[in-house]
Amino acid sequence: MSLNVPDALLLGLMLAAAVWTVLTADLLRSAVGLAITSVILTLLLFRAKMPLAGVFELSVCAGLITVVFISTISLTKPATDAEAREAGLKRWKRFIFLPLVLIAAGWLLCFKGLALNQAPAVPNGEDVRKILWFTRRFDLIGQILVILAGVFGVVVLFKAKGGASEEMKE
Amino acid sequence: MDAFLSLGVVVAGLVAVAAAYCLLVSRNLIRILIALELLTKAVTLLLAIGGYYSGQVALAQSFIITLIVIEVVVIAVAAGIVIGAYRHNGNLDVRSLQNLKG
Repeated sequence: MSLNVPDALLLGLMLAAAVWTVLTADLLRSAVGLAITSVILTLLLFRAKMPLAGVFELSVCAGLITVVFISTISLTKPATDAEAREAGLKRWKRFIFLPLVLIAAGWLLCFKGLALNQAPAVPNGEDVRKILWFTRRFDLIGQILVILAGVFGVVVLFKAKGGASEEMKE
Repeated sequence: MDAFLSLGVVVAGLVAVAAAYCLLVSRNLIRILIALELLTKAVTLLLAIGGYYSGQVALAQSFIITLIVIEVVVIAVAAGIVIGAYRHNGNLDVRSLQNLKG
């Protein structure tokens, strides 16, 4: 995939969405910015001929994780106007150096750090399903264990309050 | 030098730098989680570019899928911890966690 206008545009949009996610003061907007970043990354994955990873990115990262973030935000009490104004002022003081840091990092990456003379290799034509089921089978077992551990963690975390009150009654 | 490779690596690096900066200076627990999530976006982009330029597209996809699965579990558990901390402290300030005594 040599650079053409859509790829450059998508990469630029992804960077802009990521910076907006970091800089915006409103948490809800930040979560939406994260979802937009995921959607743009999905488009890049599709353009890099990785449709399965793109589908996962779109459904899980842009969908499920956004729902988790918005649910978490909705479970917390919104700040009052005065609190929000004070927090916003403090926040700008902390984030004022971000553009400088980004410019310095961009300059370093563009002119000092990279020596990439790599042409795209010929794809080896293997199927992702074969890779997942045969070459990286152990990863699948790890993924299942991680999912089960996550479910257990979430159940324990959300059950803790009820369990504690039952123990108090006893 | 292929321009997409260079620009892609630069963008991934800048996204990672922005996320790391947010991770370091933020005091809100939800924003810290969002920064962590942005870091994984940068890693996903780097994996995709690496897979594309090494010709190992299928292997890169399997790594990306593994990364997404781990990412969603980490975020779900971390969101549960954030809600627990909010119920306990009444705010989302990361400095409030210093009051915990184990």
